[in-house]
Amino acid sequence: MCLAVPMKIIEMNAPEAVVELGGVRRRIHLALLATENLKIGDYVIVHAGFAIQKMDKREALETLKILEQMADAQ
Amino acid sequence: MKYLEEYRDANLAHKLLKSILHLVEDSHSKITLMEVCGTHTMNIARAGIRRLLKDRITLLSGPGCPVCVTPYPFLDQAIAYSRSKDVIIASFGDMIKVPGSSSSLEREKAKGAEIQIVYSPLDALKTARENPNRKIVFLGVGFETTAPAVAATIMIAREQKIQNFLVLCGHKLVPPAMKALVMDPDLRIDGFLCPGHVSAIIGSKPYEFIARDHGVPCVIAGFEPLDILQSLEMLVRQITDGTSRVEIQYSRVVKEEGNPRAMDTMLEVFEPVDSTWRGLGMIPQSGLRIRGVYGGLDASVQIPVHIEKSAEPPGCICGQILKGAKNPTQCPLYRKFCSPENPVGACMVSTEGTCAAYYKYEE
Repeated sequence: MCLAVPMKIIEMNAPEAVVELGGVRRRIHLALLATENLKIGDYVIVHAGFAIQKMDKREALETLKILEQMADAQ
Repeated sequence: MKYLEEYRDANLAHKLLKSILHLVEDSHSKITLMEVCGTHTMNIARAGIRRLLKDRITLLSGPGCPVCVTPYPFLDQAIAYSRSKDVIIASFGDMIKVPGSSSSLEREKAKGAEIQIVYSPLDALKTARENPNRKIVFLGVGFETTAPAVAATIMIAREQKIQNFLVLCGHKLVPPAMKALVMDPDLRIDGFLCPGHVSAIIGSKPYEFIARDHGVPCVIAGFEPLDILQSLEMLVRQITDGTSRVEIQYSRVVKEEGNPRAMDTMLEVFEPVDSTWRGLGMIPQSGLRIRGVYGGLDASVQIPVHIEKSAEPPGCICGQILKGAKNPTQCPLYRKFCSPENPVGACMVSTEGTCAAYYKYEE
C-alpha cells in the first residue's frame, strides 16, 4: 500500500501539477512539498494523489555508480 | 533517467547476489533479516530473491501491509457505517475484500451499500462535493506514507467548508511496531530492511534507537531488485563487521530529515495514540487519531454506531505471520481453505499480504 512511483512533472499549476509515467497522465496535489523547489521536468514520488518527495537526480546516479563498482569488485 | 529500469539490470543483480553470498560464507550462524514493508515483500517474492539467498539468509516478512494489520473492530465499524442509508464509504481498493467479524465491505456492496474505491482521498472529497446530502466516510488506513495525504485532504476539506467529508482513522506508525518486534522474546532479527516510502516522510532518525539501543542494523531500501539486493548487502556487511547503524540505500528519495512539510501536515491533523495491530496486539503510541480541533471531520465522533463483537476466523494464523513467527505454509488453511479468490485472513486478501505474495510467487 506504500506503493509510490516516480513520475515526471509536465505541467505546473500550484498547488496542482500534471505528471506522467509511461504515457499515463495524472493530476496530483503538491501540498506536501515546497513548490518553489519544483519545476517542469522534475521527477516526484507520487502516492495517493500527492507528491510526497522530489527525486534527487544526483543521488540516483550515485547509487547506480556504487552498484556498478560493487559488481566490478567481484 | 526514468528511475525505474536502471535498477533492474539482471547481470548486475547476479553479481550483487554473489557478493552477498560470499560475505555470509564464513559466518557461523544463519542470518535472519526482516523486510518491514509489504511492497518489499511483494517485490522480493516477484524477483525470487528469497530463494536465491539459499539457506544462508532467512528473510522474514514483517507487519508492513496496512490492510493486514488493521484490527477487526475497525473493519466492523466501517461495515456498520456502510449499512447506513445516508453514508457512502470511500476506500482504497484493498480494504474492500477483507473479511470483518461477520461480513465484508464487498458483501455489503452486493447487498446495496454504496462503496466507492478511490485512488486518492481527494477523490473521496470530490464525491463529498458532488453528494451534499450524503455523508462520505473515507477509510484512513496506511502508514506514514499515506497519513500525510489524508491529513492534507482533511485540511483542504475544512478550508473549503465541506461538511459531509468524514474520515474513519486507522493510520499506524511503523517505528513503534519495529520496537515491539525487537522486544519480542520469540523473535530474533539480525537486521531490518526499512520501508522506503515511509522513510521518505519520516527520514532515518526514527530508526536510530533500534540500531543504537538494540544493536540491530537498519538499511532504508528502495523497491527495485537492485535496490533490495544492495540493501541486503549493506545489512550483511554491517552484521559481519559487528556494527549496527542506520544506513540509507534509497538516497534518491529518502533524506535524513525525511519530508518535514509532510510530517508537519500529519501532526497538525493527527496525534499519536496507543493502537492495536492484528497479530501484534496493543502497541504504545503506534497509531494516529484525529485531533480534537478536527473533530468535525472525524467519523468516530460524528457518527456514533454500534459495533458487533469481534470474532477472528478459527484456524487463521495471520497474527503469527504478521510478526514473522510463522510463514504461510505453516498455516492449516493456506491453499486448502484460503486463497486469493477466497481469502479467509487479511494476509491473503491484500495484494501485499505475505500469504498472497507466497501464493503467487514463492512456490
